[in-house]
Amino acid sequence: MSTRTDQPDTTAGKTSPEKGASPMKSALSLLWIIGIAAVVAVPFVAPSLKLLFTFAMAKGLGVLGVTVLLRAGQVSFGHALYFGIAAYAGAFLMTAMPSTDFLIVLLAGVAGATLASIFVGLFVVRYRGIFFGMLNLAFSMIFWSILEKFYHYTGGADGIRLERPTVFGSALNFNDFGMILYYVLVALMVGLGWYTMRWFNSPVGNLFQTIKTNETRLEYLGVSPKRALLSGYVLSAALCGVGGVMMGMAQGVVTPEYVWWVRSAEMVFIAVLGGAGSVQGAFLGALIYEAVRTYASVYAGDVWQMILGGFLLIIILFAPGGLIGILESLFKRKSDKKGGGK
Amino acid sequence: MTDALLETRDLVIKFGGVTAADHVSLKIHAGRNLAIIGPNGAGKTTFLNICTGWLKPSQGQVLFEGRDITPLPPRKIVDRGVARAFQIPQLFTEHTALENLLIAVSARDKRRNTVMDMTQIPERAEMLHLLDMVGCADVADTVVVELSEGQRKLIDIAIALALKPKLLLMDEPTSGVASSEKHSIMKILIGALKEAEVTSVFVEHDMGIVENYADEVAVWNNGNMQLRGTPAEILEHPDVIRDVIGEVA
Repeated sequence: MSTRTDQPDTTAGKTSPEKGASPMKSALSLLWIIGIAAVVAVPFVAPSLKLLFTFAMAKGLGVLGVTVLLRAGQVSFGHALYFGIAAYAGAFLMTAMPSTDFLIVLLAGVAGATLASIFVGLFVVRYRGIFFGMLNLAFSMIFWSILEKFYHYTGGADGIRLERPTVFGSALNFNDFGMILYYVLVALMVGLGWYTMRWFNSPVGNLFQTIKTNETRLEYLGVSPKRALLSGYVLSAALCGVGGVMMGMAQGVVTPEYVWWVRSAEMVFIAVLGGAGSVQGAFLGALIYEAVRTYASVYAGDVWQMILGGFLLIIILFAPGGLIGILESLFKRKSDKKGGGK
Repeated sequence: MTDALLETRDLVIKFGGVTAADHVSLKIHAGRNLAIIGPNGAGKTTFLNICTGWLKPSQGQVLFEGRDITPLPPRKIVDRGVARAFQIPQLFTEHTALENLLIAVSARDKRRNTVMDMTQIPERAEMLHLLDMVGCADVADTVVVELSEGQRKLIDIAIALALKPKLLLMDEPTSGVASSEKHSIMKILIGALKEAEVTSVFVEHDMGIVENYADEVAVWNNGNMQLRGTPAEILEHPDVIRDVIGEVA
């Protein structure tokens, strides 16, 4: 009989024993600190990778949103909706008020995604499983159609240029703004990642995650499962929104492709690749995905999707815990050896 | 107004051609432990399902503390003070036994905290005591899916008790529990219910449990209560011996 002695910071649930759990946790924490330090150093040590990391972190925030839902056993095939709404909210604001501050654009984007998620959430939280996933997809494709058809407002398929916002009143050049964006993304990744992990372990987060295992009992605790799911849904959309508006500012243009179903599928893909339900996995997965996509598209032309697909197949078949699962098992094996365990 | 804690008036529910509740009217008074016995398919669990809002009767009313709770969903009825333990334990299978109770107490207190670690909430000691009371303290940190059916059952009851209900409805509380432990568990459970002044209704097939721990017994058959009385009166009734106990009088 195994017992759970530590708190789940990566995967919901399953038993986690045992000897060596704490040393493994410490070793992993150290690895994450080193990883964050490495990300902080990238613009100075490997400036050519700065843009790749910027995109990976922005995308990782969106994936984090999908990860939240996975903890409740729900998969959204349309979460790019919030990625896009936030990016377009920022773009509309910048079009109407060109010298708007960076922080206001960020807040406007997140507010847009959050408000939209409350509206859409009221419908989708009534459904579970494939119906939940497909309904989200339907909403995202409706928004995509609106973006494509209302050309005079949205720029159609060409999208909208998102001018560079000011930063606390200062107009910065491309490089300086890029650096600000980069380090704000690092701060958001660490801050929101930490908050999400805390949320998972909190009373509200735990109630949300029980949707995966027993809604009947949840109802008999005096809790509305729909309301519990809505709380997580709004959080997930807000996280996607942060990623979307940051991506918009990083790319300088937002197009309907932001909400295209492939973008939503990509988020689910990355979440599974990183380790379904894992906060760190969301960012690690996004980084690996961006790297493979960037370099495979250079060196392997049109077959980079096939390479990614094959990579995911291997993960699903041989490491269902994703990249984080592989890392954890490596560390566990090492700490078991040190502790003389099995 | 009514002086009963729970009262049902003329409840009717049909599943196709089967009448699972056939004009059920009864009163349950505060502080009593009522056992419901009857053959399989008599409508005992259906009665609990109606009282807790899971099923809506086509006719009749359920009153709790004199207020009509018939149209309310289960969660609203729980808020009024009615808790339920299930025949098949309803647990959060990816959480440990202690976490199951901490989730229950978080729900009870309507905690909205999104940052505090749930395992550090002030009621942790209270929940450990509750686990100890039902004999599951040693498995507090075990994920419930790994526990025996009997232990899962006890944790299901502990979850209901964590809600501090006024009325606890239990569906076969000792099924799945080892025979040698049934009486000790029921003794502790009934003692705890008395101490907390919780009224209980439990469906039971073990007549030894009924005889020893119920204040009153209601006999169910064909979707309605046929008899009601003290355990001594009911368990010696020839109809009960024939239809429920299954022995020749």
